[in-house]
Amino acid sequence: MITQSATQAIEVTINGKTYRRVVESRQLLVHFIRDTLGLTGTHIGCDTGSCGACSIIMNGKLVKSCMLLAPQADGAVIETVEGLAHDGELSALQESFRDHHGLQCGYCTPGMLMAATYLLRNNPSPSEEEIRRGIKGNICRCTGYVNIVRSIKAVADGAQLDMGDGVAKEV
Amino acid sequence: MSAASNGRTATRERVTTWTGQGIPRKEDDRLVQGEGSFIDDMGMQGQGYAWFVRSPHAHARIVSIDVSPALALDGVYAVLTGEEAKSMCQEPFFRIAPGAASHIEEWPLAVGKVRYQGDAVAVVLADTRENARDAAELIEIEYDPLPAVVDGVEAAESSAPILHEEAGTNVAWNGVFNYGDIDWALENADHVVKIDRLHFHRFSSTPIEAAGAVVDWDVGSGVVTIHTNHQMPMFAAMFMGPTLGVPINKFSFSSRDIGGAFGTKIGFYPQLAALALLSKKAGRPVKWTEYRTENLLSSTHGNERTFLDIEVPVMADGTILGFKTRAYDDVGAYLHYEPLGGVIWSQVLPGCYKLKHIKVDYSATLTNKCPVSPNRGYSRMQHLWLIERIVDTVARELGFDPIELRKLNFVQPEDYPYETPNGCVYDSGDLPRSLDMALELVEADYWRARQKELGKGKGKRIGIGVGSTLDSGTNNFGQARIINPELPFSGNGEAAIAKLDLYGEVNVNLGTSPQGQGHETTAAQVAADILNVSPDKVTVSIGFEQANNSYIGFSGTYASQFAVTGLGAVMGAAQKLRDEILEVGAYALGLSKDEVELSDGVCVSKNDPSKSIPFIGIANLVYTNNAVLTPELREKVSLTCRYVYTPPFQVPDTDRKWGNLTLTYASQIHACVVEVDEETGEVKILAYAAVDDCGRRINPAIVEGQVHGAAGLGIAAALYESFDYDEDGQLMQPSFYEYHVGTALDIPHIRTSYIESPSPFTPNGAKGMGEGGGGALHAVCNAIQDTLDKDDAIVYDSHNSWERVYDLLKSGERQAPRGVSVLSRVSGS
Repeated sequence: MITQSATQAIEVTINGKTYRRVVESRQLLVHFIRDTLGLTGTHIGCDTGSCGACSIIMNGKLVKSCMLLAPQADGAVIETVEGLAHDGELSALQESFRDHHGLQCGYCTPGMLMAATYLLRNNPSPSEEEIRRGIKGNICRCTGYVNIVRSIKAVADGAQLDMGDGVAKEV
Repeated sequence: MSAASNGRTATRERVTTWTGQGIPRKEDDRLVQGEGSFIDDMGMQGQGYAWFVRSPHAHARIVSIDVSPALALDGVYAVLTGEEAKSMCQEPFFRIAPGAASHIEEWPLAVGKVRYQGDAVAVVLADTRENARDAAELIEIEYDPLPAVVDGVEAAESSAPILHEEAGTNVAWNGVFNYGDIDWALENADHVVKIDRLHFHRFSSTPIEAAGAVVDWDVGSGVVTIHTNHQMPMFAAMFMGPTLGVPINKFSFSSRDIGGAFGTKIGFYPQLAALALLSKKAGRPVKWTEYRTENLLSSTHGNERTFLDIEVPVMADGTILGFKTRAYDDVGAYLHYEPLGGVIWSQVLPGCYKLKHIKVDYSATLTNKCPVSPNRGYSRMQHLWLIERIVDTVARELGFDPIELRKLNFVQPEDYPYETPNGCVYDSGDLPRSLDMALELVEADYWRARQKELGKGKGKRIGIGVGSTLDSGTNNFGQARIINPELPFSGNGEAAIAKLDLYGEVNVNLGTSPQGQGHETTAAQVAADILNVSPDKVTVSIGFEQANNSYIGFSGTYASQFAVTGLGAVMGAAQKLRDEILEVGAYALGLSKDEVELSDGVCVSKNDPSKSIPFIGIANLVYTNNAVLTPELREKVSLTCRYVYTPPFQVPDTDRKWGNLTLTYASQIHACVVEVDEETGEVKILAYAAVDDCGRRINPAIVEGQVHGAAGLGIAAALYESFDYDEDGQLMQPSFYEYHVGTALDIPHIRTSYIESPSPFTPNGAKGMGEGGGGALHAVCNAIQDTLDKDDAIVYDSHNSWERVYDLLKSGERQAPRGVSVLSRVSGS
């Protein structure tokens, strides 16, 4: 039987804003982001780290937030889909997904955008093979990946990279 | 013809019509920013979290359930068991099946027995997800395990354990479909090709968003509010109402964004009913988010079908006269939409071919496995796969080129409208041209040369396969009477409301519950053309709300029909609204109705553009200034226009199993080039193409996306995804670790092109599309077949893992049974 009520205070910076909360020690990071903070753009699709719907960028690395406990994010700097657009301007990738019909139901899209953002930050001109490797941890059931690959490729070829820097900003 | 442009335009420039333009979708700005509203994003004040307790056994008697340890846990609000749920219900769920299976009683939770691993026994409500899950583990249930049956053919045998004693049989439905004279054809054909067994495997399209709901049974008002991602909510309401004793108008169903469904979100109404009862018992709202293992164990699987004793009469010139077979459809432990699958396949009885003599002895059987319900390509793709395997096997055994054999037997362009042996009418198409285009797109000539160069025995082999398939759309629900003549169903339709709001805003709402198909965009395109405004000026309500949206009993998003039924309804509603605006505008301008027209949100004189009144002015006159109108106009005009589109169907002849079962037939030809590793059996796709013909395309980008998606799911099913049960009925793939969903590395680039053969039967020339008819399964299997030697076994299963392909590659050497034989009455071919 799991002991209830073990809690821990954590401080996490998400999309430039710092949050301090007391969480149950066993709470998943994705539930902390979604339920505790109300940032519901990050989704849950599998519980086993297989689908990538919960992908976020944490301390500069692409991670699946269902594979971490909230306390493990103590002190972390996190980016989620809500942080991609700035002042109402979509990021180049967001625009490209929209313009190339890179999404249908939109459920995998936030995780896919985070994976693509991470990919292009580290490899601004990926080949199709590299794009496919970059999103292999993110499952989409609607698109057969064709237009997702197109959307990412268009940004990579378009030299209009505005991938952000992931650094926490003052609030 | 090269890969066609999909017609996308980056900006919304003025065009002749919005219909036919691949404009970016209205849905996407919110979805790319993580601002969609999916089911787990919803909640209600005071809600508890629900967790279902599910059976670890495939078949067992429930001896006892002790919930007291769970109730003792802090934070637990309530526990509901099967017996208690039954006591709160009026009657079991509505049964579609006639005869013995009509006695099957299904309740919101299992009562007395569990019938598959994952059957829900109880449901817990607690203050947090974690506490609900902890409490569920504390419930003590004693089971008395029973033998399980996990094979659809064995289930029909008298020795098989019976799942539902009240039915006394596992055969949920049997029907013989017999057209032409197959016995005559088999006696008189030049060749008879006999295939022992073909098996279409069990898989699911597993949307990344699993099922879910927030349910509140408000005892004071009697209203049961259900936010859910069910894709056919009013169908769920019709099933749940009599069981729960709730009139339809006391339900309040709603959905917003739905994270994929593919048919698999039709079958979970028992869960919704259990949650409603739990809410009633606990006196608070209930939130349930299905987790992935729960989804794979218990939500929905696709139909698994075994075909036995297939006999195919063929003439010396290659004309295929028809076929006969016995089909066993394994529908799992409960009948959630079944046995409707027992007739749905017959919409495409002869596939793409002019087969005249067909006999199918069809049984739907109950097994100790997850219940099936529609899954993209529902029931037709299984049958179309059978036909495509038949055609390729005939070609191989008799020495015909599979391409030429198809072209010889295809329904030809001049044959449309083509009546099939069971009275279905294929509306339009050009299959031979589609096939040529697919071969060119996949560069078949190049690969055929490479295949010859490479040969066999050098480690890798190349195979080329095509799949010809149909995506039948807009069901005639009268076909349900072929299953059960007592069912009061026929026809089909969809509802829409077009409205001018108080300040002249154009709003459209629909009876549908889309899951990525872009209804907001296509509905806006169609309405924009009729009202002569930009689609940006047409707001289409997101999702479905029972209280606000118009609906009929068939409403929902399923079965390849929105372009016909949904947009047919939007067209009708928008035309009514246009008429009303013109009428009020003409009155305001002192002109007659035929002297005015609509232009960019203004009603304007055709002769004098200076005379005009904007939509806001029209709305003002009707809503807030109506004393200036004539009494006749006040009586006539509401600016809220409902229209129900209904297709021109008749009730089928149930004795002959004959009638027009669907309005439209989109076609797809898939072509696939594979490389097979002789050492491992690994299959790699080297090139892939699909040519789609769905009549007039409302939004070509959306159509192309649907083609990609259906092909992707089919490829993944053919090579990677399979639900297998061990002999005790344990699912071997209960998470995404074991159930290998196709990734971006597994699914190749898919080239597409199209033909537009407008349907003569629909208001806009469009045909429903999106399911794809399992084209990828046909093409991949046929391509694998193409890598095998003449003395190897035939590809007998729709799922071909490395191991299975390796076995096939070695089957000739091992002198394994080939699974096929030929009786020839003439020499040569």
